Amino acid sequence: MDTIFQGFISAFKLMAALDPTLLQIIWLSLKVSGGALVLAILLGLPLGALLALKRLPLRGLILSVVNTGMGLPPVVVGLFVYLLLSRSGPLGFMELLYTPGAMIIAQFVLACPIVTSLSHTAIVNVNPIIRQAARVLGANPLQEALTVIREARYGIMTGGIAGLGRVTAEVGAVLMVGGNIAGYTRVMTTTIALETDKGNFDLAIALGVILLGLSLIINVALRAFQRLGRASSGVVLWD
Amino acid sequence: MGLSLELAGIYKTYNGHEILRDCSWVFEEGLTYALMGLNGTGKSTLLRICALLETPDQGRVSYLADQKPLAPDLELRRRLTLLLPGVGVFNTSVFNNVAYGLKIRSVKRREIEKRVMAILDVVGLAHKRRERALDLSTGQAKRLGLARAMVLEPEVILLDEPTASIDQENTEIIEGIIRKMKAEGKATIILVTHDPAQAARLGDKLLLIQDGRLLPG
Repeated sequence: MDTIFQGFISAFKLMAALDPTLLQIIWLSLKVSGGALVLAILLGLPLGALLALKRLPLRGLILSVVNTGMGLPPVVVGLFVYLLLSRSGPLGFMELLYTPGAMIIAQFVLACPIVTSLSHTAIVNVNPIIRQAARVLGANPLQEALTVIREARYGIMTGGIAGLGRVTAEVGAVLMVGGNIAGYTRVMTTTIALETDKGNFDLAIALGVILLGLSLIINVALRAFQRLGRASSGVVLWD
Repeated sequence: MGLSLELAGIYKTYNGHEILRDCSWVFEEGLTYALMGLNGTGKSTLLRICALLETPDQGRVSYLADQKPLAPDLELRRRLTLLLPGVGVFNTSVFNNVAYGLKIRSVKRREIEKRVMAILDVVGLAHKRRERALDLSTGQAKRLGLARAMVLEPEVILLDEPTASIDQENTEIIEGIIRKMKAEGKATIILVTHDPAQAARLGDKLLLIQDGRLLPG
């Protein structure tokens, strides 16, 4: 109990002192998870929209695959991304293994199904009359689709936030493909695992507290977007 | 020059049930037609076919300008509009809802502001322009739908029960707007209604759908 208490005190001292190692780890974590999320949105949102708005062949099968991807174990993702990026793998020539780039790819694989599936659900749940209203007001097919996507915006944001929540808390995949190299690929979750192994709880607890804070912010944002979806406020005259 | 509409031998079947049967009519430019019939007789279906939202199983829908038929493309769709019974209000402000059709036509911002505010004045919603459209009452939402259609200055306006399920005050406002459109004589109006008195008040010509057939009322 005393260790935990001392750990918290030391952790707060580290945070208060804006320890450079701590800041570097937090910054890298945000870069890796943020980069993965951006890529997941760039691919997942159009794919989710396409699945929701177009009668594609094999749509049911694709949705089943995407939904299965939502529960992918991070270590399995880590393993496959490792095999892809290892020197003998098909993408080995890119020399990405043990770089932040590899970590972004692994987290992208984890986040993309969540963003795709939740975007699809949000768009498919938009009342069909919205699309008809857009059409009778003169929208072309692209404008129609964008109108429906816009109506689903809060649900889509929920998908993005849920994806971010998944990747920031993830440790297995980034550890396998990033290698946890100090100052280069060491992020919050991998540092917590390493420092706990070493019995150095100060940094581990400091990062744990920050990770919990981040998780809290993500959940507050998630709830806010869900509330906005039900009852939007702050309507602007022009948008 | 406006648009006239010709329906020739329209048939439509849903789930093996023939809703429309050999419906033919010439809707003359600038007139208001009141279309009546019992529930489920195909009035809304006919209106959706006229709005090019649905295609008939058989028959032809032709829009004509100067007696020449027009291709059913986006350009034609933008010359007509349909007020859906459920309106389909977008989750944004009242102003943005009315501005929607103008924005997608790339109308200039200043022009949009002018036209939207003018039409919101006509339907009595100018004071609510900044409010969320989803918070409007059913009657106000119907007025919003009408404003959204009118601001586009369409040549054919299809109104699917614009005063259904709303109070007397909103009904009178909407009827007033339709009368104003009629008086201007710029648009051909097809109005679906269950109210014979309303049909008589607003329609230049009465039509009836009975057993799937379109008949003079």
